Amino acid sequence: MGLENKVVNALPEVLTTRLDWIVNWARKSSLWPATFGLACCAIEMMAITAPRNDVARFGAEAFRASPRQADVMIVAGRVSKKMAPVLRRIYDQMPEPKWVISMGVCASVGGIFDNYAILQGVDKIVPVDVYVPGCPPRPEGLIYAIMKLQEKIQTDSLRDRPDVPMLEEPALAGREA
Amino acid sequence: MAKAPSAEDIAALRERFSEAIVGVREGLGEVSAYVAPAFLLEVCRYLRDEPRYQFNLLSDLTGVDLGLDQEPRFEVVYHLYSIPLGHRLRLKAQLPSEGPSIDSVTPIWKTANWHERETFDMFGIVFEGHPDLRRILTPDEFQWHPLRKDFPVRGYDDF
Repeated sequence: MGLENKVVNALPEVLTTRLDWIVNWARKSSLWPATFGLACCAIEMMAITAPRNDVARFGAEAFRASPRQADVMIVAGRVSKKMAPVLRRIYDQMPEPKWVISMGVCASVGGIFDNYAILQGVDKIVPVDVYVPGCPPRPEGLIYAIMKLQEKIQTDSLRDRPDVPMLEEPALAGREA
Repeated sequence: MAKAPSAEDIAALRERFSEAIVGVREGLGEVSAYVAPAFLLEVCRYLRDEPRYQFNLLSDLTGVDLGLDQEPRFEVVYHLYSIPLGHRLRLKAQLPSEGPSIDSVTPIWKTANWHERETFDMFGIVFEGHPDLRRILTPDEFQWHPLRKDFPVRGYDDF
């Protein structure tokens, strides 16, 4: 009812917006990926930070070696069953809100590694937001996935996002003791 | 390029271990000696310490599953190299399908430690006297030996 106009007129240095929108905008504009290079896809993942592709244009160039400082995990390569619990643990260590990009066919569905040693899709152990096809995907493909993820984040609402329990109950009890 | 030991060296080895060396195969400039498993440690120690051979490097150790219909079914293969003399020799020991087991060569070449763990993991061949015979590549709770011929490539559903 014109309240915004009155505020703008009275306080010209104040910007009004929706809280959801501004929070999502901040989150999507500085996605910090957790380095999770597992195979050849990791080479293409590294390439997105290089000058030719320059993912800094999308605010996602700050690869973190610690999951505590990251909010998007790029699973780049085939996940062996021996690596699966490690990957899940690193995912659990990432603070909310967090997202997962499954890069390449191996991480998504096992790819050519249809065998006993490789997990047939990383979505069996962590929830995946964006799948990138390719073997390996070109850097443009991964950047497109990051853009898609940004679109998804922008449609989030603070009210909708459930707080995923970080740890199973027994493990949590052990930590608190 | 590494050469095979001379014919005299091979003949002398066969003479020294007439009981332990059950056969020799040559081809493509390489020599494979088949060793009776019971004498493996003795032969290996001799090959490492004898000035004539000086095989001071175990460059590879692996296994072979010759097939379900073969008896003996398993082979353990040792690739030896002599750094001072620059020659190579391959040893093979054949093991039965039931309970394949052989002496560990870790007392002779320490590098055998992880190679024997891998061979145990993949083929289920037990190395007697190994200091730490755990699985090395597959997860700890894995129950099978995936390079055996009867193991399905996709594994089993319950894992």
